[in-house]
Amino acid sequence: MTRDPARSPADEPAADPPTVGRGGRRRDQAVALGWLVAAWLLLWGDVSWANLLTGLVVGAAVLFFFPLPPVTFGGRLRPGPLLVLAGTFAGELVSASVHVAAVALRPGYRPRGGIIAVPLRVRTDLNLALTAEVISLVPGTLILDIDRARGVLYVHVLDVRGPEDLAGSRDRVLAVERRIVRAVGSPTEVRQLDLEPVERRNHP
Amino acid sequence: MTAVGVVADWVGGLLLLAGALLSLVAGIGLVRFPDTLDRMHAATKPQVLGVLLLLVGLALRLRTGADLGMLALVAIFQLSTAPVAAQMIGRAAYRSGRIDRSLLDVDELAGR
Repeated sequence: MTRDPARSPADEPAADPPTVGRGGRRRDQAVALGWLVAAWLLLWGDVSWANLLTGLVVGAAVLFFFPLPPVTFGGRLRPGPLLVLAGTFAGELVSASVHVAAVALRPGYRPRGGIIAVPLRVRTDLNLALTAEVISLVPGTLILDIDRARGVLYVHVLDVRGPEDLAGSRDRVLAVERRIVRAVGSPTEVRQLDLEPVERRNHP
Repeated sequence: MTAVGVVADWVGGLLLLAGALLSLVAGIGLVRFPDTLDRMHAATKPQVLGVLLLLVGLALRLRTGADLGMLALVAIFQLSTAPVAAQMIGRAAYRSGRIDRSLLDVDELAGR
């Protein structure tokens, strides 16, 4: 393959990036600075003016020297679905650990795997990133690559015994996406979950 | 020491033990799994839950505000960085061809 490994489809900008004005960018940076200062204070374990000031300086320096592509938050937080997301995630993290432990400890067993492409319905950077993070911690699935422009996650599936395991993993990824969008997505994105037909998603 | 403190110490101790066992299982998985991609499963799921249980166990034994803040930070960073690290290693292994294709039933990433 002659492709430059440093550049992949995932590195190219999304097809329809959300429009971020100068004010929105400022707001995103202010939110990021707030989180950095909070992390700094937690690291010191003590809220004082000196810690607050050094936190502001360090946070501003981090944002200045390590600028990130803007990930703007256009949705809204919904407490109920957030609880569902957190509760389901905790349960699935436990069953995922038990599953991996069982596979790891079974004598003489060589698990088979598979790599599936799962197109997501909501293609914002935030949803792609959150879904990719969560599916690596639920049973069977692990994020391997991301096609950012087309909104496709490439997922490795552990312990494949038949086609039904691959289909099940595909459904699981889409279920994770649904829970995330319901918890933090905008109303438009929540509607998007039901609008796009399955056929189009599987053959983009 | 109050009765609540004794219970918290015992539950904390049990959680420390459970977290240590899960971390051990994650290590066994890393050694025994046949392929890099399988190994990354062991490096994420039982490893992350193991660390989280250790942190909760520690929180139940330490029970001071400053320590709880630090433990919460470790938990957040662990949850957000472990999948990213596993993805980076898995992707590097895939792109450099260091995976065992005979173990894959399907590969929808091939040719992309």
